[in-house]
Amino acid sequence: MLIDGTHFTPWAALAGGVLLGLASALFVLLNGRVLGISGIVGGLLRPRAGDIGWRLAFVLGMLVAPSLYWLVVGPTQPRIDASWGMVVIAGLLVGVGTRYGSGCTSGHGVCGLSRMSPRSLVATLAFMGAGFVTVFLIRHALG
Amino acid sequence: MKNRITEFLVGLIFGMGLIVSGMTDPGKVLGFLDLAGLWDPSLAFVMGGAIAVGVFAFAAAKKRTTSFLGGAMHLPTSHDIDRRLVVGSLIFGAGWGIAGFCPGPAIVSAGAGQPKAIVFVMALLAGMWLFELAERMSHRAPPTQTGAR
Repeated sequence: MLIDGTHFTPWAALAGGVLLGLASALFVLLNGRVLGISGIVGGLLRPRAGDIGWRLAFVLGMLVAPSLYWLVVGPTQPRIDASWGMVVIAGLLVGVGTRYGSGCTSGHGVCGLSRMSPRSLVATLAFMGAGFVTVFLIRHALG
Repeated sequence: MKNRITEFLVGLIFGMGLIVSGMTDPGKVLGFLDLAGLWDPSLAFVMGGAIAVGVFAFAAAKKRTTSFLGGAMHLPTSHDIDRRLVVGSLIFGAGWGIAGFCPGPAIVSAGAGQPKAIVFVMALLAGMWLFELAERMSHRAPPTQTGAR
C-alpha cells in the first residue's frame, strides 16, 4: 500500500472531524436526535406536522456553510471527476441505499459508531467495503 | 424559534466540519476509497476525530430521558441486523464509490453552487422518493426507529 503524501492532510481531517463530532454531540444533547443527513433529508419526503421545521433549519445551516467558509478562509477547489451521467446514477444509488439501509456516513458512521451500535458497525463496514470495491473496479479493473 | 436557530447553527457547524475535513472534495474521498492506488488515509482521521468527541456525547445522551432543550430523546431503537440494513448500505457504498459524494458533503457542495453537486442532490432526492414510493406500495409499516440516522 502506497500513501498519497501530497493529498494526505491529517490535521485538517482531524480538525474537521472534531467539528463533525461537536455538531453530532450538540445535536443529540440539545435536539435528542442522531445527526444523520439521509434521515434528516429523507424525513422531508415523509412530511408530518411539526416535523419539518427543524429539518429545514438544519439543511439551511449546511447550505450556508460554504459561504461562511469562503468569507473566513477562502475558496475551495473540489475535484469532481465523475461524468454527469455517473453523477446521476451515483445520486440515485445513494438516495435509495441510505434510506433502505437507514443511514449514511453521518448517522451510521459517525453517530452509530460513537454510540457503539452493532447495527451501525455492520452498515459502516458494508458501505465502506462496497466503496472500496467500486473504486477498485472503476479505477483498476475496468479503467 | 430558539430551537430553529439551534438547529441552523448545528447544521452550519456540521457543514463547516465537512468542508474543513476535506469531505466535500470527492477527489479526496475517492483517494481514501482507492486502496490499490495512491492511498490518502485522511478520511480515517475525520472519522477518528468525530468519534472521539461523539462517544462522550452519546454516553451522556443514553442516560437522559429529555434533551437539554426539554424535548423527548429520539435515539434509534432498532437492533436488527437484517437484509435491509446490509443491502441498503451496500447500494449506498457503490454510489459513494462512483462519484465520491455521500449525502452531507453533496448538500454542502450544492450550497456552494457546485453544478454537479446540485445534480447529485436532485438524483439523491429522487432515489429517496423512489424508496418512499416502494415503501408505500409494499404496504409495509414505515421503519419504527425514530429520529434521523
